Amino acid sequence: MSIKNMTKEKNWSGQKLVSTDYMLFEAPREKHFMTGSEVTKEAIKRCTVDASVSYPITPQSEAAHLIGELWAEGYVGMYFRGENEFGVMSEVAGCAMAGARTVTTTSGPGTLRAMENFPMWSGTRIPVQLILMARGINSPLTIQPDNLEVTFMLETGCMIWYAENVQELFDMTIAGFTVAEMPDVHVPIVTVVDGFFVSHTRESVMLPPDDIALMPYDPYKAPLPPIDSEMPPGRFLRDPFVMKSNYISYATHASWQWEVRSAVDRSIPYARHYLNGLAHVTGDLDAEIVFVACGTASHQAKEANRELTKLGIKSKVVKLRTIRPFPHAELLEATKSAKHIFVPEFNIVGWLEKEVTQSLYGKSEAKIIGRPRVAGGMSMPVEAILHEVLEHVNEEKGA
Amino acid sequence: MANLGPAYYAPYPVATYDGLLTPPEGKAMLLTDIVDEEVAMREVARVMLTSDNATIFPGPQVLYAWSEEAKKKATLIKEMSEVLNAKMIPMYDYRPKYPKIDPEVEINPNHPNLTIWHNNIKAAIFIGVHCHYANVALKIVRSETDCYTIGMCALSGHEDAMATIRDQHAEDLARFIEIAKEVKQELGK
Repeated sequence: MSIKNMTKEKNWSGQKLVSTDYMLFEAPREKHFMTGSEVTKEAIKRCTVDASVSYPITPQSEAAHLIGELWAEGYVGMYFRGENEFGVMSEVAGCAMAGARTVTTTSGPGTLRAMENFPMWSGTRIPVQLILMARGINSPLTIQPDNLEVTFMLETGCMIWYAENVQELFDMTIAGFTVAEMPDVHVPIVTVVDGFFVSHTRESVMLPPDDIALMPYDPYKAPLPPIDSEMPPGRFLRDPFVMKSNYISYATHASWQWEVRSAVDRSIPYARHYLNGLAHVTGDLDAEIVFVACGTASHQAKEANRELTKLGIKSKVVKLRTIRPFPHAELLEATKSAKHIFVPEFNIVGWLEKEVTQSLYGKSEAKIIGRPRVAGGMSMPVEAILHEVLEHVNEEKGA
Repeated sequence: MANLGPAYYAPYPVATYDGLLTPPEGKAMLLTDIVDEEVAMREVARVMLTSDNATIFPGPQVLYAWSEEAKKKATLIKEMSEVLNAKMIPMYDYRPKYPKIDPEVEINPNHPNLTIWHNNIKAAIFIGVHCHYANVALKIVRSETDCYTIGMCALSGHEDAMATIRDQHAEDLARFIEIAKEVKQELGK
């Protein structure tokens, strides 16, 4: 296998090259029954991925291990293991700066061990994809669902998308490369799912055939020169920008940071197209009770919506599919009718409640209730959501 | 909005924070308005022909013969400078310069304001500059100078410029030159 085998029609593994629109919206699909880790492998298989680096911290998720199998099968160009999570994320950066479409996975404490790399990723404008199968950060360690680590990722300058289930994980992974690699975006994409619930749970998923794959990444459309010592202008990156930071004006540092955030904002129209909107709304559109959630919590909120409907109580669910960029306009529009906004979450800090409160401050008179909030691997039974709703809506009568 | 500076520091001038994004395919942007490409080309030509010390800042992608397209563009940009009566000051690389740049002969994305101040440049075209460095420079220029900035981009454009035209390849530059000649004649320049 060699990258030299790539033609205009086929990639090195013989898959026919197709557009993202064809892959996501037009290609015929067949039903499969897979875990989140298995579907990650299927998505990467269809993305003409040049490189993957892993620190396979099984048993939280075997996704990295499965991507390694793809390398053995000839679908991924290069695959190797890092010494630790910090090493992995640094090596990922090296691959991407050299012009490779690169993916890795992580979760929980490993994410924090690698933390310094994430703002470096966005600052160097590399369009890598990190699949984050959230498992929380605490001692004693947990391999159960909890998405506390997402709060640490919010201000790294990376895009953050949140998939609810196996199907969304598959589709988002493919769309993620495409949006991240847009020349005016070109920042990392963190695709989050709730670990265990999605990574380990087998669900029905509709997949296009595996003899098609995305067009390869073109590093010469990058907003910074890729490393190419033989060809100007690439060779200018031989002087890493950080090495001369003392000679850069304060204005450069300020402008640079703004530019990374601008790049995330520029992803909005692309994400609207490939994700069919930054937020999905289900339930009664004029409901005064609104759930705002992401990931598995939105699934449970939809269950609560069905139970409330049986009780004759109107409600709706606003599922946020992107966290960075935050869908301010979509959230405001979807909560116009709201008097009570519930933000159910799988973490103790309520990072999504803070995001929602900040976004709606001064724009909505609805009461924002950051409940129920579970953590450390607890499940979120529908009854817990119903209890919170009835407690708040019937203040005197209670649940 | 991406209006003429100086906008100073607080809030730092960032067009996306005012809701401006790069123009859609087939369109251009003048200040805050999405317009047809030809409308933008005429306005860009008018601004360049009527502003003091109008200058073109060619970047590495058109300064070095790394592709056939780059060679064609370089020739066209030289012609463009003649038609627009504009000087050329290159942004030949992106490294911060120590102890300081020579603003007579170069511009650098890390302190582009120095070159604009020194040469009293009131309108400038950025072309062939990698998008990230163009955007970093455009924000600084808008913050600290009153220079009318124009981004002629081979990719998606630059919302932080006062005028931006996207997907500009060699044939588009040739079309711009013809339009600029017409505008020049109309203005009697």
